Amino acid sequence: MRKWLLAGVVLAALAVVVVVAVRMLMPPPDDLDLARSKPSDGGTYVVSVEPEAEPVERGELHAWIVTVALPDGSAVADAELTVDGGMPQHGHGLPTAPASAGHIGDGRYRVEGVRFNMGGWWVLKFGISSPAGDDTAEFNLVL
Amino acid sequence: MIGMRPLPLLIVLLMALALQACSREDFSEDEKALIGQLRLSQLGPLKPDPSNAVADDPRAAAFGEALFFDTGFSVDGTVSCATCHLPERQFQDDRPLARGIGTTDRRTMPLAGASHGQWFFWDGRKDSLWAQALGPMEDAREHAGNRVAFAHRVERAYRDEYEAVFGPLPVLSGLPDEASPLGTAAQQEAWDRIGDDRKTEIDIVFSNLGKALAAFQRTIVHEETRFDRFAEAVIAGRRPEGDAEFNSLEVEGLKLFIGKANCIDCHNGPRFTDEFFHNTGVPAVAGLAGDRGRAQAVEQVLADPFNCMGPYSDAKEEECEELRFMVRDSPEMEGAFKTPSLRGAANRLPYMHAGQIATLEDVIDHYSAAPAAPGGQSELRGVIFTDRGRAALVALLKTLD
Repeated sequence: MRKWLLAGVVLAALAVVVVVAVRMLMPPPDDLDLARSKPSDGGTYVVSVEPEAEPVERGELHAWIVTVALPDGSAVADAELTVDGGMPQHGHGLPTAPASAGHIGDGRYRVEGVRFNMGGWWVLKFGISSPAGDDTAEFNLVL
Repeated sequence: MIGMRPLPLLIVLLMALALQACSREDFSEDEKALIGQLRLSQLGPLKPDPSNAVADDPRAAAFGEALFFDTGFSVDGTVSCATCHLPERQFQDDRPLARGIGTTDRRTMPLAGASHGQWFFWDGRKDSLWAQALGPMEDAREHAGNRVAFAHRVERAYRDEYEAVFGPLPVLSGLPDEASPLGTAAQQEAWDRIGDDRKTEIDIVFSNLGKALAAFQRTIVHEETRFDRFAEAVIAGRRPEGDAEFNSLEVEGLKLFIGKANCIDCHNGPRFTDEFFHNTGVPAVAGLAGDRGRAQAVEQVLADPFNCMGPYSDAKEEECEELRFMVRDSPEMEGAFKTPSLRGAANRLPYMHAGQIATLEDVIDHYSAAPAAPGGQSELRGVIFTDRGRAALVALLKTLD
């Protein structure tokens, strides 16, 4: 009985070591959703994102274009956007404080001041406010 | 080997061959991509500095070089920029804490390639190299000079050099010998008595000294290293030859660096730095006040009259992107310091922002132990190194000399 208990403890300890090791090595999850267009978290909008220029270079300050539409496809021209994000596996945020420079037509917004200072899995989170409602949308990218 | 029997000898030879093979070991495509980004050849040309109209003017650089070595820009004629930034020592001084007129609370930073960064000093309290250069000149522990005395010295010793780059010097007659808003009590009183227009004229001269010093520092570049020759060969699919060949320990160090040791997270790109701020739990220095690093620098850079958006900057406000999009209030910036470049670091001990860690081996032990930070939250998550792993990382870092 005691032997089994000991084996259990050893196995549990090993499991912890493996979990920690996997977290340390940290490739992004295989099933990471890399979609660049999706409904917002509450379904109020359909949000699409793309960097202003591809490819996104590590370390370079650059802009993204965020397109906001209603589920019926009509453009949202009067939204206020906030930007947040970071690296989930590192537990840190963005190295800059990007901001929306406002609506540039057809539901498109230019978000300036984005920088990714490391390779790996990044998340960009947008808060969207308009008369249609407040909602959020989150996008993953791997650099 | 003498007296060794054939079988063990064969095993030893096979092991030696295996080790040799390691030095030409293939890297995975992912590893190659990471190695490729670290090559010096990937460091693009210096970006223009819109806040400094003479940043790339060779006359400004020549003037700045003269200023850099001139001890006349200090309180007692004993300190120049080169006192701490020694050219023969990678423009740093090998001391834990820099020593000018007095002793500072930070380690002198090397200058090669520094102009590729966005923030200056260990905490980034300056947003340009020219604004940075002004700090030590008036710091009581460094040059302990003052801006009115500097203007007088320019008039006496550098009028032609100055005016060729910046146009006519203002009239300095009637000004006190010494005055500055940051100087001694007497200098501050003298400054207060100067009219606003003349203060602005002095500040323009002072900022121009910084701009000339920055133009000079923009010419201080990284040299190619063994690492670069090795990496170029790996990327080109060639066998590294001559000194470009890595031994098995160096290859192992490189694999650790870009792999499970996670060094490349922050020490990335051709300068081996992400040019950003991280709390790595470096111990406080006994006798020095707690150093909050980046957290205390944010307000300083915003309040700095010599920042990119200030009246002495040549940039339009919209060009000041770093300042505009600066992270202002993040708990992650508490106790965070700038990631230093690792180029030349092996020959540049002691380490960290106040020289707290004596040797490279100790640095790696620090990353392994990942102690709690004296303030804020350390980002380190402790990677356990074997003795060989530690030796491998040290061997890799030496290839960057």
